[in-house]
Amino acid sequence: MDFIDIVIALIKIVVMFAVVLVTVAELVYTERKISAWIQNRIGPNRVGWRGLLQPYADVIKLVLKEDIVPTAANRFIHTLAPIISIGVAFSTLAVIPIAGETISMFGREIQMVIADVNVGVLYVLALTSMGVYGLTLSGWSSNNKYSLLGGLRSSAQMISYELSMGLSVIGVIMITGSLQLTEIVSHQSGWMWNMVLQPVGFITFVVAAFAETNRTPFDLPEAEPELVGGYHTEYSSFKFALFFLAEYANMITASAIIVTLYFGGWQVPYLELLALPTGVVVVLQILAFIVKVAFMLFVFQWVRWTVPRFRYDQLMDLGWKVMLPIALANVIVTGIVILLIQ
Amino acid sequence: MEVRTQDKYTLTFWEKLYIPEILKGMKLTLEQMLKKKDTREYPEEKWVPPPSYRGAPVLVLERNGVERCVACGLCSRVCPALAIEVQAAETEHEKERYPELFEINMLRCIFCGFCEEVCPEEAIVMSPTYEMVFTRYEDAIFGKDKLLMSAEELAPRLEFLRSHR
Ligand code: SF4
Ligand code: SF4
Repeated sequence: MDFIDIVIALIKIVVMFAVVLVTVAELVYTERKISAWIQNRIGPNRVGWRGLLQPYADVIKLVLKEDIVPTAANRFIHTLAPIISIGVAFSTLAVIPIAGETISMFGREIQMVIADVNVGVLYVLALTSMGVYGLTLSGWSSNNKYSLLGGLRSSAQMISYELSMGLSVIGVIMITGSLQLTEIVSHQSGWMWNMVLQPVGFITFVVAAFAETNRTPFDLPEAEPELVGGYHTEYSSFKFALFFLAEYANMITASAIIVTLYFGGWQVPYLELLALPTGVVVVLQILAFIVKVAFMLFVFQWVRWTVPRFRYDQLMDLGWKVMLPIALANVIVTGIVILLIQ
Repeated sequence: MEVRTQDKYTLTFWEKLYIPEILKGMKLTLEQMLKKKDTREYPEEKWVPPPSYRGAPVLVLERNGVERCVACGLCSRVCPALAIEVQAAETEHEKERYPELFEINMLRCIFCGFCEEVCPEEAIVMSPTYEMVFTRYEDAIFGKDKLLMSAEELAPRLEFLRSHR
Protein backbone atom coordinates (compact mmCIF):
# COMPACT_ATOMS: atom_id res chain seq x y z
CA MET A 1 0.00 0.00 0.00
CA ASP A 2 1.82 3.10 -1.16
CA PHE A 3 0.83 6.69 -1.79
CA ILE A 4 -0.88 6.08 -5.15
CA ASP A 5 -3.04 3.35 -3.69
CA ILE A 6 -4.26 5.73 -1.05
CA VAL A 7 -5.02 8.38 -3.66
CA ILE A 8 -6.96 5.86 -5.74
CA ALA A 9 -8.94 4.78 -2.69
CA LEU A 10 -9.67 8.41 -1.84
CA ILE A 11 -10.88 9.10 -5.38
CA LYS A 12 -13.17 6.08 -5.20
CA ILE A 13 -14.55 7.28 -1.87
CA VAL A 14 -15.21 10.78 -3.16
CA VAL A 15 -16.93 9.45 -6.27
CA MET A 16 -19.02 7.08 -4.18
CA PHE A 17 -20.03 9.91 -1.83
CA ALA A 18 -21.02 12.18 -4.68
CA VAL A 19 -23.02 9.49 -6.42
CA VAL A 20 -24.81 8.44 -3.26
CA LEU A 21 -25.63 12.00 -2.24
CA VAL A 22 -27.12 12.80 -5.61
CA THR A 23 -29.01 9.51 -5.59
CA VAL A 24 -30.39 10.26 -2.14
CA ALA A 25 -31.63 13.61 -3.32
CA GLU A 26 -33.28 12.12 -6.36
CA LEU A 27 -34.71 9.30 -4.23
CA VAL A 28 -36.64 11.87 -2.26
CA TYR A 29 -37.92 13.08 -5.60
CA THR A 30 -38.89 9.61 -6.85
CA GLU A 31 -40.45 8.83 -3.50
CA ARG A 32 -42.73 11.83 -3.88
CA LYS A 33 -43.39 11.04 -7.53
CA ILE A 34 -44.24 7.40 -6.90
CA SER A 35 -46.50 8.22 -3.99
CA ALA A 36 -48.20 10.78 -6.18
CA TRP A 37 -48.69 8.36 -9.06
CA ILE A 38 -50.12 5.72 -6.77
CA GLN A 39 -52.55 8.31 -5.43
CA ASN A 40 -53.44 9.46 -8.98
CA ARG A 41 -51.60 12.73 -8.56
CA ILE A 42 -48.77 14.24 -10.59
CA GLY A 43 -46.27 15.02 -7.86
CA PRO A 44 -43.64 17.75 -7.77
CA ASN A 45 -43.15 19.29 -11.23
CA ARG A 46 -42.31 22.94 -10.66
CA VAL A 47 -38.68 23.23 -9.58
CA GLY A 48 -36.38 22.45 -12.47
CA TRP A 49 -37.18 20.21 -15.37
CA ARG A 50 -40.18 18.08 -14.31
CA GLY A 51 -39.44 18.98 -10.71
CA LEU A 52 -36.07 17.27 -10.67
CA LEU A 53 -34.56 20.06 -8.56
CA GLN A 54 -37.31 19.84 -5.93
CA PRO A 55 -35.20 17.90 -3.39
CA TYR A 56 -32.48 20.57 -3.52
CA ALA A 57 -35.05 23.22 -2.73
CA ASP A 58 -36.22 21.03 0.14
CA VAL A 59 -32.69 20.66 1.46
CA ILE A 60 -32.03 24.39 1.31
CA LYS A 61 -35.25 25.02 3.20
CA LEU A 62 -34.33 22.40 5.78
CA VAL A 63 -30.81 23.67 6.37
CA LEU A 64 -31.92 27.27 6.75
CA LYS A 65 -34.19 26.33 9.67
CA GLU A 66 -33.23 26.95 13.25
CA ASP A 67 -31.39 24.10 14.93
CA ILE A 68 -33.22 23.44 18.18
CA VAL A 69 -31.76 21.27 20.92
CA PRO A 70 -34.09 20.69 23.87
CA THR A 71 -32.71 21.98 27.19
CA ALA A 72 -33.20 18.61 28.82
CA ALA A 73 -31.39 16.77 26.05
CA ASN A 74 -27.91 15.36 26.37
CA ARG A 75 -26.19 17.71 23.97
CA PHE A 76 -23.22 15.53 23.09
CA ILE A 77 -25.17 12.39 22.32
CA HIS A 78 -27.94 14.37 20.69
CA THR A 79 -25.38 15.61 18.17
CA LEU A 80 -23.56 12.31 17.90
CA ALA A 81 -26.61 10.19 17.03
CA PRO A 82 -27.28 11.52 13.52
CA ILE A 83 -23.57 11.30 12.76
CA ILE A 84 -23.56 7.62 13.68
CA SER A 85 -26.62 7.02 11.52
CA ILE A 86 -25.18 8.66 8.46
CA GLY A 87 -21.68 7.26 8.97
CA VAL A 88 -22.94 3.72 9.16
CA ALA A 89 -25.18 4.15 6.14
CA PHE A 90 -22.28 5.34 4.02
CA SER A 91 -19.50 3.05 5.19
CA THR A 92 -21.43 -0.10 4.33
CA LEU A 93 -21.19 0.78 0.65
CA ALA A 94 -17.39 0.50 0.79
CA VAL A 95 -17.43 -3.25 0.27
CA ILE A 96 -19.98 -3.42 -2.54
CA PRO A 97 -18.34 -4.37 -5.86
CA ILE A 98 -19.87 -2.49 -8.78
CA ALA A 99 -18.00 -4.21 -11.61
CA GLY A 100 -16.07 -7.43 -11.98
CA GLU A 101 -13.31 -6.57 -14.40
CA THR A 102 -10.38 -4.47 -13.29
CA ILE A 103 -9.21 -1.39 -15.17
CA SER A 104 -5.49 -0.94 -15.81
CA MET A 105 -4.40 2.59 -15.04
CA PHE A 106 -1.10 4.07 -13.77
CA GLY A 107 0.42 0.63 -14.21
CA ARG A 108 -1.85 -1.07 -11.72
CA GLU A 109 -5.09 -2.98 -11.74
CA ILE A 110 -7.90 -0.95 -10.21
CA GLN A 111 -10.73 -2.93 -8.70
CA MET A 112 -14.24 -1.57 -8.95
CA VAL A 113 -14.76 -1.72 -5.21
CA ILE A 114 -13.45 0.56 -2.48
CA ALA A 115 -12.36 -2.20 -0.13
CA ASP A 116 -12.37 -5.86 -1.11
CA VAL A 117 -12.61 -7.14 2.45
CA ASN A 118 -12.37 -10.91 2.75
CA VAL A 119 -15.10 -10.96 5.41
CA GLY A 120 -17.34 -8.57 3.47
CA VAL A 121 -20.60 -10.14 4.56
CA LEU A 122 -19.65 -9.93 8.22
CA TYR A 123 -18.61 -6.33 7.75
CA VAL A 124 -22.00 -5.51 6.26
CA LEU A 125 -23.91 -7.28 9.01
CA ALA A 126 -21.78 -5.67 11.73
CA LEU A 127 -22.30 -2.17 10.35
CA THR A 128 -26.02 -2.53 9.83
CA SER A 129 -26.39 -3.50 13.47
CA MET A 130 -24.35 -0.42 14.39
CA GLY A 131 -27.10 1.60 12.77
CA VAL A 132 -29.34 0.76 15.74
CA TYR A 133 -27.15 2.96 17.95
CA GLY A 134 -27.92 6.03 15.91
CA LEU A 135 -31.66 5.62 16.38
CA THR A 136 -31.58 4.38 19.97
CA LEU A 137 -29.21 7.11 21.15
CA SER A 138 -31.15 9.82 19.38
CA GLY A 139 -34.32 8.59 21.09
CA TRP A 140 -32.69 8.42 24.49
CA SER A 141 -30.72 11.67 24.36
CA SER A 142 -33.74 13.75 23.29
CA ASN A 143 -35.27 13.24 26.73
CA ASN A 144 -38.73 12.96 25.22
CA LYS A 145 -41.00 10.00 25.88
CA TYR A 146 -42.05 9.63 22.27
CA SER A 147 -38.51 9.72 21.00
CA LEU A 148 -37.48 7.21 23.63
CA LEU A 149 -40.28 4.83 22.63
CA GLY A 150 -39.31 5.24 18.99
CA GLY A 151 -35.70 4.48 19.80
CA LEU A 152 -36.65 1.45 21.87
CA ARG A 153 -38.86 0.12 19.13
CA SER A 154 -36.16 0.49 16.55
CA SER A 155 -33.63 -1.37 18.67
CA ALA A 156 -36.07 -4.20 19.42
CA GLN A 157 -37.07 -4.41 15.77
CA MET A 158 -33.57 -4.35 14.40
CA ILE A 159 -32.26 -6.94 16.80
CA SER A 160 -35.16 -9.28 15.95
CA TYR A 161 -34.69 -8.95 12.23
CA GLU A 162 -30.91 -8.96 12.32
CA LEU A 163 -31.16 -12.62 13.29
CA SER A 164 -33.20 -13.76 10.32
CA MET A 165 -31.10 -11.52 8.08
CA GLY A 166 -27.90 -13.19 9.21
CA LEU A 167 -29.43 -16.64 8.89
CA SER A 168 -30.66 -15.97 5.36
CA VAL A 169 -27.19 -14.86 4.34
CA ILE A 170 -25.76 -18.13 5.66
CA GLY A 171 -27.52 -19.91 2.79
CA VAL A 172 -25.67 -17.73 0.29
CA ILE A 173 -22.37 -18.21 2.10
CA MET A 174 -22.84 -21.99 2.09
CA ILE A 175 -23.36 -22.03 -1.66
CA THR A 176 -20.43 -19.75 -2.40
CA GLY A 177 -18.09 -20.95 0.30
CA SER A 178 -16.75 -17.46 0.84
CA LEU A 179 -17.49 -14.35 2.87
CA GLN A 180 -15.95 -12.08 0.25
CA LEU A 181 -18.56 -10.09 -1.63
CA THR A 182 -16.58 -10.03 -4.90
CA GLU A 183 -16.35 -13.82 -4.67
CA ILE A 184 -20.10 -14.12 -4.02
CA VAL A 185 -20.88 -12.04 -7.10
CA SER A 186 -18.46 -13.92 -9.37
CA HIS A 187 -20.13 -17.12 -8.27
CA GLN A 188 -23.48 -15.98 -9.68
CA SER A 189 -22.54 -16.06 -13.37
CA GLY A 190 -25.15 -16.50 -16.09
CA TRP A 191 -28.58 -16.98 -14.61
CA MET A 192 -27.32 -18.79 -11.53
CA TRP A 193 -28.27 -15.87 -9.36
CA ASN A 194 -28.68 -16.63 -5.70
CA MET A 195 -32.26 -15.47 -6.00
CA VAL A 196 -32.90 -18.59 -8.10
CA LEU A 197 -30.84 -20.90 -5.93
CA GLN A 198 -32.11 -19.49 -2.64
CA PRO A 199 -35.72 -18.34 -3.18
CA VAL A 200 -36.74 -18.71 0.46
CA GLY A 201 -33.59 -17.10 1.76
CA PHE A 202 -34.12 -14.29 -0.73
CA ILE A 203 -37.60 -13.54 0.57
CA THR A 204 -36.57 -13.63 4.22
CA PHE A 205 -33.57 -11.44 3.46
CA VAL A 206 -35.63 -8.86 1.60
CA VAL A 207 -38.24 -8.74 4.37
CA ALA A 208 -35.50 -8.37 6.97
CA ALA A 209 -33.87 -5.65 4.87
CA PHE A 210 -37.14 -3.73 4.85
CA ALA A 211 -37.25 -4.02 8.63
CA GLU A 212 -33.61 -2.96 8.95
CA THR A 213 -34.14 0.16 6.90
CA ASN A 214 -37.30 1.10 8.84
CA ARG A 215 -39.37 1.30 5.70
CA THR A 216 -43.07 0.56 5.60
CA PRO A 217 -44.51 -1.90 6.58
CA PHE A 218 -41.86 -1.85 9.30
CA ASP A 219 -41.63 1.87 9.99
CA LEU A 220 -42.81 1.54 13.58
CA PRO A 221 -39.98 3.62 15.09
CA GLU A 222 -41.44 6.67 13.41
CA ALA A 223 -45.15 5.82 13.50
CA GLU A 224 -46.55 9.36 13.44
CA PRO A 225 -50.01 8.69 14.92
CA GLU A 226 -48.54 7.00 17.99
CA LEU A 227 -45.13 8.54 18.43
CA VAL A 228 -45.43 12.06 17.01
CA GLY A 229 -42.30 11.70 14.87
CA GLY A 230 -40.56 8.82 16.61
CA TYR A 231 -36.86 8.98 17.38
CA HIS A 232 -36.31 12.21 15.46
CA THR A 233 -39.15 14.20 17.07
CA GLU A 234 -36.69 16.54 18.80
CA TYR A 235 -34.46 17.04 15.78
CA SER A 236 -34.58 19.97 13.46
CA SER A 237 -32.61 21.65 10.73
CA PHE A 238 -29.40 20.00 9.64
CA LYS A 239 -29.49 17.17 12.16
CA PHE A 240 -32.93 16.20 10.94
CA ALA A 241 -31.64 16.40 7.40
CA LEU A 242 -28.90 13.96 8.39
CA PHE A 243 -31.45 11.43 9.65
CA PHE A 244 -33.43 11.93 6.50
CA LEU A 245 -30.31 11.40 4.44
CA ALA A 246 -29.39 8.34 6.49
CA GLU A 247 -32.79 6.77 5.90
CA TYR A 248 -32.44 7.06 2.15
CA ALA A 249 -28.75 6.17 2.16
CA ASN A 250 -29.72 3.06 4.13
CA MET A 251 -32.20 2.22 1.44
CA ILE A 252 -29.49 2.48 -1.19
CA THR A 253 -27.18 0.34 0.91
CA ALA A 254 -29.86 -2.28 1.46
CA SER A 255 -30.67 -2.37 -2.25
CA ALA A 256 -27.01 -2.65 -3.14
CA ILE A 257 -26.56 -5.53 -0.70
CA ILE A 258 -29.65 -7.33 -1.96
CA VAL A 259 -28.41 -6.92 -5.52
CA THR A 260 -24.93 -8.13 -4.60
CA LEU A 261 -26.09 -11.13 -2.63
CA TYR A 262 -29.10 -12.25 -4.64
CA PHE A 263 -29.34 -10.49 -8.01
CA GLY A 264 -25.86 -11.34 -9.15
CA GLY A 265 -24.37 -7.90 -8.48
CA TRP A 266 -22.75 -6.58 -11.67
CA GLN A 267 -23.33 -9.82 -13.60
CA VAL A 268 -24.81 -9.42 -17.04
CA PRO A 269 -25.92 -12.91 -18.11
CA TYR A 270 -23.87 -14.36 -20.99
CA LEU A 271 -21.91 -11.16 -21.55
CA GLU A 272 -18.64 -13.11 -21.74
CA LEU A 273 -19.86 -14.86 -24.93
CA LEU A 274 -19.69 -11.56 -26.83
CA ALA A 275 -15.95 -11.11 -26.15
CA LEU A 276 -16.11 -7.33 -25.80
CA PRO A 277 -13.09 -5.16 -24.87
CA THR A 278 -12.56 -4.74 -21.12
CA GLY A 279 -13.56 -1.08 -21.04
CA VAL A 280 -16.97 -1.78 -22.54
CA VAL A 281 -17.48 -4.74 -20.24
CA VAL A 282 -16.75 -2.60 -17.18
CA VAL A 283 -19.21 0.06 -18.31
CA LEU A 284 -21.87 -2.55 -19.03
CA GLN A 285 -21.31 -4.18 -15.68
CA ILE A 286 -21.59 -0.88 -13.83
CA LEU A 287 -24.76 -0.13 -15.79
CA ALA A 288 -26.20 -3.53 -14.93
CA PHE A 289 -25.46 -2.91 -11.28
CA ILE A 290 -27.08 0.52 -11.38
CA VAL A 291 -30.17 -0.79 -13.15
CA LYS A 292 -30.58 -3.59 -10.63
CA VAL A 293 -30.15 -1.24 -7.67
CA ALA A 294 -32.58 1.23 -9.22
CA PHE A 295 -35.12 -1.55 -9.61
CA MET A 296 -34.71 -2.56 -5.97
CA LEU A 297 -35.10 1.06 -4.89
CA PHE A 298 -38.28 1.30 -6.92
CA VAL A 299 -39.59 -1.83 -5.20
CA PHE A 300 -38.75 -0.32 -1.80
CA GLN A 301 -40.80 2.76 -2.57
CA TRP A 302 -43.54 0.86 -4.31
CA VAL A 303 -44.06 -1.32 -1.24
CA ARG A 304 -43.92 1.72 0.99
CA TRP A 305 -46.97 3.25 -0.68
CA THR A 306 -48.83 -0.04 -0.96
CA VAL A 307 -48.92 -1.71 2.43
CA PRO A 308 -49.98 -0.29 5.78
CA ARG A 309 -47.82 -0.43 8.87
CA PHE A 310 -47.70 -3.54 11.06
CA ARG A 311 -48.96 -3.51 14.62
CA TYR A 312 -46.13 -3.92 17.10
CA ASP A 313 -47.11 -7.40 18.29
CA GLN A 314 -47.56 -8.52 14.69
CA LEU A 315 -44.09 -7.24 13.93
CA MET A 316 -42.55 -9.24 16.75
CA ASP A 317 -44.64 -12.31 15.89
CA LEU A 318 -43.49 -12.16 12.30
CA GLY A 319 -39.87 -11.67 13.29
CA TRP A 320 -39.56 -14.41 15.87
CA LYS A 321 -42.28 -16.94 15.03
CA VAL A 322 -42.24 -16.85 11.24
CA MET A 323 -39.04 -15.37 9.84
CA LEU A 324 -36.61 -17.01 12.22
CA PRO A 325 -37.91 -20.60 11.76
CA ILE A 326 -38.09 -20.15 7.99
CA ALA A 327 -34.56 -18.78 7.82
CA LEU A 328 -33.31 -21.62 10.03
CA ALA A 329 -35.10 -24.24 7.93
CA ASN A 330 -33.58 -22.65 4.84
CA VAL A 331 -30.09 -23.10 6.26
CA ILE A 332 -30.77 -26.75 7.07
CA VAL A 333 -32.32 -27.54 3.70
CA THR A 334 -29.48 -25.80 1.87
CA GLY A 335 -26.98 -27.83 3.89
CA ILE A 336 -28.71 -31.10 3.07
CA VAL A 337 -28.97 -30.29 -0.63
CA ILE A 338 -25.29 -29.33 -0.83
CA LEU A 339 -24.34 -32.58 0.92
CA LEU A 340 -26.47 -34.62 -1.49
CA ILE A 341 -24.97 -32.94 -4.56
CA GLN A 342 -21.37 -33.48 -3.46
CA MET B 1 -79.71 -4.98 25.77
CA GLU B 2 -78.92 -6.88 22.66
CA VAL B 3 -75.32 -7.82 22.37
CA ARG B 4 -74.03 -8.11 18.86
CA THR B 5 -71.01 -10.22 18.25
CA GLN B 6 -68.87 -10.44 15.20
CA ASP B 7 -67.13 -13.62 14.26
CA LYS B 8 -63.41 -13.22 14.19
CA TYR B 9 -62.22 -13.25 10.61
CA THR B 10 -59.75 -16.07 10.28
CA LEU B 11 -57.15 -15.74 7.59
CA THR B 12 -56.69 -18.56 5.14
CA PHE B 13 -53.30 -20.17 4.71
CA TRP B 14 -52.45 -18.04 1.66
CA GLU B 15 -53.43 -14.86 3.44
CA LYS B 16 -51.31 -15.83 6.42
CA LEU B 17 -48.27 -16.04 4.18
CA TYR B 18 -48.53 -12.23 3.74
CA ILE B 19 -46.30 -12.17 0.67
CA PRO B 20 -48.94 -13.19 -1.93
CA GLU B 21 -51.37 -10.66 -0.47
CA ILE B 22 -48.73 -7.94 -0.55
CA LEU B 23 -47.97 -8.82 -4.17
CA LYS B 24 -51.69 -8.46 -4.92
CA GLY B 25 -51.66 -5.03 -3.33
CA MET B 26 -48.59 -4.09 -5.33
CA LYS B 27 -50.35 -5.11 -8.52
CA LEU B 28 -53.21 -2.80 -7.59
CA THR B 29 -50.93 0.15 -6.89
CA LEU B 30 -49.05 -0.49 -10.13
CA GLU B 31 -52.33 -0.23 -12.00
CA GLN B 32 -53.06 3.03 -10.19
CA MET B 33 -49.63 4.37 -11.14
CA LEU B 34 -50.40 3.96 -14.83
CA LYS B 35 -53.85 5.53 -14.64
CA LYS B 36 -54.75 9.01 -15.79
CA LYS B 37 -53.94 11.58 -13.12
CA ASP B 38 -56.64 13.68 -11.48
CA THR B 39 -54.47 16.68 -10.67
CA ARG B 40 -55.53 20.04 -12.05
CA GLU B 41 -52.45 22.20 -12.46
CA TYR B 42 -54.05 25.23 -10.91
CA PRO B 43 -52.56 28.51 -12.01
CA GLU B 44 -52.38 27.33 -15.62
CA GLU B 45 -55.55 25.28 -15.61
CA LYS B 46 -58.33 27.22 -13.97
CA TRP B 47 -61.48 25.72 -12.61
CA VAL B 48 -64.71 27.15 -13.97
CA PRO B 49 -67.30 26.93 -11.22
CA PRO B 50 -70.87 25.82 -11.96
CA PRO B 51 -73.65 28.42 -11.58
CA SER B 52 -74.52 27.03 -8.16
CA TYR B 53 -71.11 28.10 -6.84
CA ARG B 54 -71.05 30.83 -4.20
CA GLY B 55 -68.01 32.96 -4.87
CA ALA B 56 -67.47 36.59 -3.88
CA PRO B 57 -70.71 38.59 -3.58
CA VAL B 58 -70.91 41.33 -6.22
CA LEU B 59 -73.33 44.06 -7.30
CA VAL B 60 -75.16 43.58 -10.57
CA LEU B 61 -74.56 46.35 -13.11
CA GLU B 62 -77.36 46.94 -15.60
CA ARG B 63 -76.70 47.47 -19.26
CA ASN B 64 -77.33 51.21 -18.93
CA GLY B 65 -74.47 51.51 -16.49
CA VAL B 66 -76.56 51.80 -13.35
CA GLU B 67 -76.43 49.37 -10.48
CA ARG B 68 -79.62 47.56 -9.53
CA CYS B 69 -79.17 48.22 -5.83
CA VAL B 70 -81.68 50.58 -4.27
CA ALA B 71 -79.75 50.89 -1.01
CA CYS B 72 -82.47 49.33 1.13
CA GLY B 73 -79.84 47.98 3.51
CA LEU B 74 -81.45 44.56 3.91
CA CYS B 75 -78.27 42.73 2.92
CA SER B 76 -76.26 44.68 5.44
CA ARG B 77 -78.88 43.83 8.04
CA VAL B 78 -78.97 40.11 7.32
CA CYS B 79 -75.26 39.55 6.90
CA PRO B 80 -74.23 37.26 9.76
CA ALA B 81 -70.62 38.34 9.47
CA LEU B 82 -71.38 42.07 9.44
CA ALA B 83 -69.38 42.37 6.27
CA ILE B 84 -71.56 44.86 4.33
CA GLU B 85 -71.71 48.58 4.74
CA VAL B 86 -74.31 50.58 2.74
CA GLN B 87 -74.87 54.30 2.74
CA ALA B 88 -77.86 55.49 0.76
CA ALA B 89 -78.29 58.71 -1.20
CA GLU B 90 -81.20 60.11 -3.22
CA THR B 91 -81.20 60.06 -7.01
CA GLU B 92 -82.74 62.89 -9.06
CA HIS B 93 -85.83 60.71 -9.60
CA GLU B 94 -88.34 60.96 -6.83
CA LYS B 95 -88.45 58.20 -4.18
CA GLU B 96 -85.42 56.53 -5.67
CA ARG B 97 -82.22 55.87 -3.87
CA TYR B 98 -78.84 54.51 -4.77
CA PRO B 99 -75.91 53.36 -2.65
CA GLU B 100 -73.46 56.19 -2.27
CA LEU B 101 -71.10 53.86 -0.51
CA PHE B 102 -71.21 50.08 -0.76
CA GLU B 103 -68.43 48.10 0.83
CA ILE B 104 -68.00 44.40 1.46
CA ASN B 105 -65.17 43.25 3.63
CA MET B 106 -64.02 40.08 1.91
CA LEU B 107 -62.11 38.95 4.98
CA ARG B 108 -65.30 39.01 7.03
CA CYS B 109 -67.57 37.53 4.39
CA ILE B 110 -68.27 33.85 4.89
CA PHE B 111 -69.87 33.37 1.45
CA CYS B 112 -73.17 32.25 2.96
CA GLY B 113 -75.26 33.89 0.25
CA PHE B 114 -77.81 35.41 2.68
CA CYS B 115 -77.38 38.84 1.13
CA GLU B 116 -78.24 37.44 -2.26
CA GLU B 117 -81.28 35.65 -0.84
CA VAL B 118 -82.65 38.67 0.96
CA CYS B 119 -82.12 41.28 -1.73
CA PRO B 120 -85.50 42.42 -3.16
CA GLU B 121 -83.93 43.71 -6.39
CA GLU B 122 -81.66 40.77 -7.21
CA ALA B 123 -78.95 43.35 -7.02
CA ILE B 124 -76.34 41.48 -5.02
CA VAL B 125 -75.44 37.98 -6.23
CA MET B 126 -72.70 35.47 -5.63
CA SER B 127 -70.21 35.64 -8.50
CA PRO B 128 -68.01 32.76 -9.67
CA THR B 129 -64.89 34.66 -8.49
CA TYR B 130 -62.82 32.60 -6.10
CA GLU B 131 -59.38 34.13 -6.48
CA MET B 132 -59.08 36.70 -3.73
CA VAL B 133 -55.59 37.45 -2.51
CA PHE B 134 -54.71 40.48 -0.42
CA THR B 135 -51.47 41.63 1.04
CA ARG B 136 -52.99 44.33 3.22
CA TYR B 137 -56.13 44.40 5.31
CA GLU B 138 -57.43 47.52 3.56
CA ASP B 139 -57.22 45.76 0.18
CA ALA B 140 -59.80 43.26 1.38
CA ILE B 141 -62.52 45.88 1.66
CA PHE B 142 -64.10 46.02 -1.79
CA GLY B 143 -65.80 49.26 -2.72
CA LYS B 144 -68.24 49.82 -5.55
CA ASP B 145 -65.42 50.05 -8.07
CA LYS B 146 -64.45 46.44 -7.46
CA LEU B 147 -67.92 45.11 -6.71
CA LEU B 148 -69.81 46.05 -9.83
CA MET B 149 -70.08 43.25 -12.37
CA SER B 150 -72.11 43.35 -15.57
CA ALA B 151 -75.37 41.42 -15.81
CA GLU B 152 -74.07 39.53 -18.86
CA GLU B 153 -71.16 38.17 -16.92
CA LEU B 154 -73.48 37.07 -14.15
CA ALA B 155 -76.10 35.62 -16.50
CA PRO B 156 -75.55 31.96 -15.50
CA ARG B 157 -75.95 32.77 -11.81
CA LEU B 158 -79.06 34.94 -12.40
CA GLU B 159 -80.50 32.14 -14.53
CA PHE B 160 -79.76 29.65 -11.77
CA LEU B 161 -81.40 31.86 -9.16
CA ARG B 162 -84.55 32.22 -11.23
CA SER B 163 -84.87 28.50 -11.83
CA HIS B 164 -84.46 27.78 -8.12
CA ARG B 165 -86.73 30.44 -6.74
S1 SF4 C 1 -72.34 36.19 1.56
FE1 SF4 C 1 -73.06 36.20 3.68
S2 SF4 C 1 -71.30 36.93 4.80
FE2 SF4 C 1 -70.90 37.46 2.69
S3 SF4 C 1 -71.65 39.51 2.48
FE3 SF4 C 1 -73.34 38.17 1.91
S4 SF4 C 1 -74.51 37.89 3.77
FE4 SF4 C 1 -72.53 38.73 4.37
S1 SF4 D 1 -80.46 44.19 -0.29
FE1 SF4 D 1 -80.05 44.49 -2.45
S2 SF4 D 1 -81.05 46.46 -2.90
FE2 SF4 D 1 -80.89 46.32 -0.68
S3 SF4 D 1 -78.99 47.36 -0.20
FE3 SF4 D 1 -78.50 45.21 -0.41
S4 SF4 D 1 -77.90 45.00 -2.54
FE4 SF4 D 1 -78.94 46.95 -2.37
